[in-house]
Amino acid sequence: MAESVYARIVASRIRSQLAYRGSFALDVVAQLVGQAIELLAILVLFTQVGSLGGFDRSEVVLMYGLAATAFGLADLTVGQVEQLPEYIRTGEFDVMLLRPLGTLPQLLSADVALKRIGRVLVGAGVLVWSLATLDINWTPLRVLVAGLAPVTGAVILAAMWVAANCVSFWLVDGREVASSVTYGSNFATSYPITIYGPWLRRLMCFAVPGAFVAYFPALALLGRPDPLGLPDALRYASPVVAAVAAIAAGLIWRSGIRHYQGTGS
Amino acid sequence: MLSPYPELVAAGFRRYASYRQAALAGLSTNVVFGLLRAAVLTAVLAERGTVGGYDLSVAVTYVWLGQGLLTVVDLWSDRELSQRIRTGDVVVDLGRPWDLQAAMLATDLGRAGNAVIMRLVPPMLFGMVFFPFRFPAEAITWALFAVSAVLAVVVSFGVRFLLNLSAFWLLDARGVLAVWGTVGGLLTGLILPLSWYPARAQAVLAWTPFPALFQTPIDVFTERGSPVTLLAHQLVWAVILLALGRVALTRGARRLVVNGG
Repeated sequence: MAESVYARIVASRIRSQLAYRGSFALDVVAQLVGQAIELLAILVLFTQVGSLGGFDRSEVVLMYGLAATAFGLADLTVGQVEQLPEYIRTGEFDVMLLRPLGTLPQLLSADVALKRIGRVLVGAGVLVWSLATLDINWTPLRVLVAGLAPVTGAVILAAMWVAANCVSFWLVDGREVASSVTYGSNFATSYPITIYGPWLRRLMCFAVPGAFVAYFPALALLGRPDPLGLPDALRYASPVVAAVAAIAAGLIWRSGIRHYQGTGS
Repeated sequence: MLSPYPELVAAGFRRYASYRQAALAGLSTNVVFGLLRAAVLTAVLAERGTVGGYDLSVAVTYVWLGQGLLTVVDLWSDRELSQRIRTGDVVVDLGRPWDLQAAMLATDLGRAGNAVIMRLVPPMLFGMVFFPFRFPAEAITWALFAVSAVLAVVVSFGVRFLLNLSAFWLLDARGVLAVWGTVGGLLTGLILPLSWYPARAQAVLAWTPFPALFQTPIDVFTERGSPVTLLAHQLVWAVILLALGRVALTRGARRLVVNGG
């Protein structure tokens, strides 16, 4: 029952955006360019050096492709969570609490920004190109990693954003804190974690599991040893990390809702 | 009659000074991105000691100045005028006994002045404490940097003013502003130092106003190139853009049709 309600809500949101075709096309292009800028920056860096953190250009581009696809998918599905402070401020969130539906699904389906498909297109394009041109020794396991990595990466990012946006239940203006996690993760996951200092790296490996979005799956695909000497099992651990992250985000969201007291006016 | 413009500078300053918690939260974004960008540049320099004249200390200074100047120069957030054009509220602005462009520039300078305290100084201090920050060798550089930062705000205002005015013709300037939001960072030297770009791209960019927004004030601070040339480039573009803005405003206002008169 509830599923069909969401299906109808999402379908209506999508229809409403396609009504203005010209404006929609421009929005998609802006998203496309926005995502491609970071790729351009990586390519500029490689005009100056031959390798970055021990990885050559095609390998870093593969990581970018994985990261950008995951980011695009996550942005398309849960990007709406960024609007939480707005919903709380206007009191619209209180309305959601009263409806007999889950608060998170309601928030996420309140506006599905289809234009974000532009980011997915860039990421998927680069990823396919990378997988086709890199000399990958294909095994059934690697095929599985290549197929699953964008999805598990998206789940990890989505879980991080939901958890980060929960600060809005406690802070009045938590938007910027949350957006540093959202856009910071897009930037950070596009590069090999070897370039970060030990502090930042530990934070990205374990506290915020960004390394499992692109870095470890890329190691699995490339079949090369980890320059950091981390255990080989980690490169196949993304699905497990994604599941744990999703559960953790759900728990944080619940405790946030329980603490939520409204804006008071 | 007293000139309203100094008052407008003060009003712009006060308007943004009231959002202290938001400024603090915004700082967290600047610091996170500063750490990430510094890591990328450091990794590049680990492969090759200097790139495009940047050694490690210049590179980290570039990063923290850039993160600090981000809100001062303000590439992104200014879309109020385009919305007022779309709704027609701009009629009220045009009817007031002031020069609209000068009034908006005054308010923007006030905003930038507040951002210097809330958003430029903290990331700079962060860079000075935790990174091998490069302090200017000459005392005069601090003063030149201040001038260059003001000019950067004026040039940025000039660009934003023109983009917002496009709403007179397009009705909705969102698309134009969105494109500027994405390419602006790359063209102005915010994302990567422009001296790391291929020579041909650098040569083209030198003829545009874009470096004046971020790369030039940073170059002045890190004492790269003659400050006179750098400031002159900014000044010339500030004048050109403000003049273009004037012409565009007059032309656009002529297109404005208001019901009833």
